[in-house]
Amino acid sequence: MNPKSSLLLLLSGTLALAAPFPSAVLAKDTVKLAFIGPLSGGNSAPGLGGRNSAQLAVQLRNADPAAKYSYELVTFDDECKPNVGIQVATKAASDNSIIAGITHYCSAVGIATVDTYSRFGLPVVVWGAILPEITYGNDYREIHRVNGTMINEGKLAADFLTKQGYKKFVVVHDTTDYGKGQNKYFTEYLKPTGGEIVATFPVSPDQQDFTAELTRIKELKPDLILIGGLTPLGVRLRAQMDRVGVAAQLAGVSGIMTAGFLEGAGSAGEGTISFHNGAPISKYPQGQAFLEAYAKAGFREDPDAYGPFAYSATNLVMDAIEKTGPDRKKMKEVLNVTKGYKALVGEINFDDHRQNIVNANVYVAQDGKWVYWPDSDYAAGKKKLARN
Amino acid sequence: MDVGILAQQLFNGLMLGVIYAMIAVGFSLFFGVLDVIKFSHGDVVTVGAFSSLGAVGLAGGLVALPPVLALASGIAAAVTIGALAGVIIGRVLVLPLRHAPGVNVLLATLMAGTVLREAIRLGVPNGGNPKPFPALLPGGVIKAGSFSVGVDSVMILAAGLLLVLGTHLLITRTRFGLAIRAVAQDGEVARLSGIDFQTVVLGTFALGSALAAFAGCMLGLYYREINFNMGVLLGIIGFASAVVGGLGSMLGPIIGGFLFAGVQTLVVVALPVSSAYKDVIAFAAIIILIAIFPTGLIAERRSERV
Repeated sequence: MNPKSSLLLLLSGTLALAAPFPSAVLAKDTVKLAFIGPLSGGNSAPGLGGRNSAQLAVQLRNADPAAKYSYELVTFDDECKPNVGIQVATKAASDNSIIAGITHYCSAVGIATVDTYSRFGLPVVVWGAILPEITYGNDYREIHRVNGTMINEGKLAADFLTKQGYKKFVVVHDTTDYGKGQNKYFTEYLKPTGGEIVATFPVSPDQQDFTAELTRIKELKPDLILIGGLTPLGVRLRAQMDRVGVAAQLAGVSGIMTAGFLEGAGSAGEGTISFHNGAPISKYPQGQAFLEAYAKAGFREDPDAYGPFAYSATNLVMDAIEKTGPDRKKMKEVLNVTKGYKALVGEINFDDHRQNIVNANVYVAQDGKWVYWPDSDYAAGKKKLARN
Repeated sequence: MDVGILAQQLFNGLMLGVIYAMIAVGFSLFFGVLDVIKFSHGDVVTVGAFSSLGAVGLAGGLVALPPVLALASGIAAAVTIGALAGVIIGRVLVLPLRHAPGVNVLLATLMAGTVLREAIRLGVPNGGNPKPFPALLPGGVIKAGSFSVGVDSVMILAAGLLLVLGTHLLITRTRFGLAIRAVAQDGEVARLSGIDFQTVVLGTFALGSALAAFAGCMLGLYYREINFNMGVLLGIIGFASAVVGGLGSMLGPIIGGFLFAGVQTLVVVALPVSSAYKDVIAFAAIIILIAIFPTGLIAERRSERV
């Protein structure tokens, strides 16, 4: 017998042995879901928070006797790198036992992988990436998104900051699709408000030294510096501002609204403004219940800003599978037309590009926490933002 | 541009330059004594940074140390472990391959660098994430008009400059330096005149690597954040600075380091929008300079070795 045919025999033998058992022994069929996000690297805090939240949704569902299926979450690490993202997306999408995905925090990865999901026909719900093009830049019926886009964030940032009396702005953004997009929408919405951008600094996302940029900024004397980038960029910029003696107020997009920023920037982070398209967890009707369940599950990391979206996306996917059974095409049809779905993050309504419609909110770093602006000491006038 | 801002940019450039110079000097030393390019040099910088972070954390966990002692333990750990890494790489990889084609050493040390890097990523808890580095130097800011600079930055810059100067004196004024220069000029003749070849070579590796590890510690103190792959680009910048300054010379790599930092800073000052291209422009400047001065700005006294 040649080695090839013996391998075949072995394989078929294993299959014959394995196949009848799961359905006969287990009461419920197991349905696999993929979770993809940054689980290592500088953006792992939101990634791990998202993974835990998705895991919590699965655990709660599996404990529910009314559920038709038992669910298993297969997690992948995209490292916030587009090339790694495409690799794991292909791995997940080409695995026929995986019915749907809860995918991506990083926009640069989210936009790089949409073609892959469409090609392999894997329905996914984006839980954290906010680049508009992920849903609006294509017409792939596999791609859905529960969180908002940077269009809402950019508009709110421009309106809010000019209302606070800031007029001269400097933008520092990374050169990925994420940073460039943030710059584009903020600039676009700032024009009608009368605010002025005195300089824009595109920087590489892993650049470490910003003293030259900041010295130039010091010379320009802006009222406010807006960061269009993720946590590592925010931390480095914040730390080096003091060194060079830049006194401007700092604001950042939702990419810096993480526990990692507060930890990395330390006391210097106080008063930093950020914009996020979710409300604080405690503002949601089921928010308290979510936090309690999360604490009870004993995860090591916080849910972070996007955890509730990952939780909602996972539930949305599982509810669709409950209706149609574990069939990618059928569940996609149900998912496509989601309207008035009651989720943790509020009602989910997909528009014609399967994009959920949400409003952005303002937050401020206060005493080592991100605080909802209307509830903060800054809004109450007890603390003051920086004025240059 | 007013004088304060100009002084500030000059300081920024000097700070970066001294870090690049400390790394570049190592490349030049190794090339001088053994005609080899040691590509794991950038990762020795990372090893230094993580060693001092580990030592500070460990010492701080056992007894509550005042910052001065914590800093001393951090620097001692960086320098010791860095030098040790250099000696091991020199003894195990470079010396046995001394008579093999140069590209073999290059490849072997490139691999050694990857091993160091991955060992940090996998061995340190959450090693893939950037690590905050404790602020051990006194805070406070020196201000003069629009010029403002942290006291810690001044101390770091002074330490860097002193070390570079110290290394220069060591090479030019001491017996060990004389031995290094003798080996660099002609290994065979140096041996005949009674110099212990292997000790000198390994001593040079220890010296260059300790400098790089100290630079890693300085980077941590300056940026207050380190990560496992910070050494990759620094290694390349250090190598480029050494080549453009003149591999094998002592002053060349220092000039090269300051030159590279100067171009990077100038790009940002001249045109903010080109900020993202500062490395591109700096490396392009290196290519042009190499084309004009093939043996470096300061050529070795004898560039031909027979």
